[in-house]
Amino acid sequence: MIEIGLGHYLTLGVIIFTIGTIGIFLNRKNIIVILMSIELILLAVNINLVAFSIFLNDISGQIFTLFILTVAAAEAAIGLAIIVVYYRNSSTIRVEEINSLKG
Amino acid sequence: MLAHAIFFYTFSFIAIVSAVMVTVSKNTVHSVFFLILDFISISCLFIMIGAEFLGMIMLIVYVGAVAVLFLFVVMMLNVSQQKNQWFISTESSKHIPVGLIVSVIIFFELIVVIGGWKYKPNLVSAMSLNFDNDISNTHSIGYVLYTDYIHIFQLSGMILLVAMVGAIVLTFKQRSGIKRQFYFDQISRERKDSVEIVNVENNKGVKLDD
Repeated sequence: MIEIGLGHYLTLGVIIFTIGTIGIFLNRKNIIVILMSIELILLAVNINLVAFSIFLNDISGQIFTLFILTVAAAEAAIGLAIIVVYYRNSSTIRVEEINSLKG
Repeated sequence: MLAHAIFFYTFSFIAIVSAVMVTVSKNTVHSVFFLILDFISISCLFIMIGAEFLGMIMLIVYVGAVAVLFLFVVMMLNVSQQKNQWFISTESSKHIPVGLIVSVIIFFELIVVIGGWKYKPNLVSAMSLNFDNDISNTHSIGYVLYTDYIHIFQLSGMILLVAMVGAIVLTFKQRSGIKRQFYFDQISRERKDSVEIVNVENNKGVKLDD
């Protein structure tokens, strides 16, 4: 317990990843919270990569984390732009009311 | 070592609790605040573990840009006061048990992966060691990032450019009924296009054609 190893960081990443997936599944509010859950999942992946990079003495994991950060920022920008356009068109972003693709 | 453990447990506890609060809090603005707290505590963990550069970049990019962008959109769309019913939803709550089951299965699968990895011997010593302890973390990232990964680095710049253009194109709206400036038309306007000198006779008046 006192000795903090790789397993502790990986467990933290797993817990945050699972919270992110639960947030996507159980969301009854607006879509913005789903985007935030996706950010949580990417954060968990970053924790994994950084922990492996430190404990395996390999810098490549941190480089990968840098690129994941870039992609996450781009994804957040595009997703929020889509949400803004959707809200402008249909004046709601509640998850339950977005069902026009349901058929 | 004890201090390391205390800091790790503190920061990870804050991170987990705030991640839970992101998903369950009723107000979307509060969700964004807890997301910011989550990012800050994870970046503290990164700094503590020895990845200072990534911790700082995390603070700058996530807290400074992404979370503020989320907050801006939440404020702009006026959804902060939307009522939500948590678990008491009407007809579409049938997928909640399935979602919970899938999430728990994911959790246990990942736990099993970690447990199996811990019993695999000699993985650490088998890896190549390209970590130099004499130079700082930022130096070592820079040595690799601008040499081995230069093409991917430029590609990520292209991704950011495309994302910026896409966001602008998506949210750009041509409004009608506002006065805009057309620089070329305004500059290239000449006297004979706009002013006309007419001789007005007495008691006749002028007929304008416009």
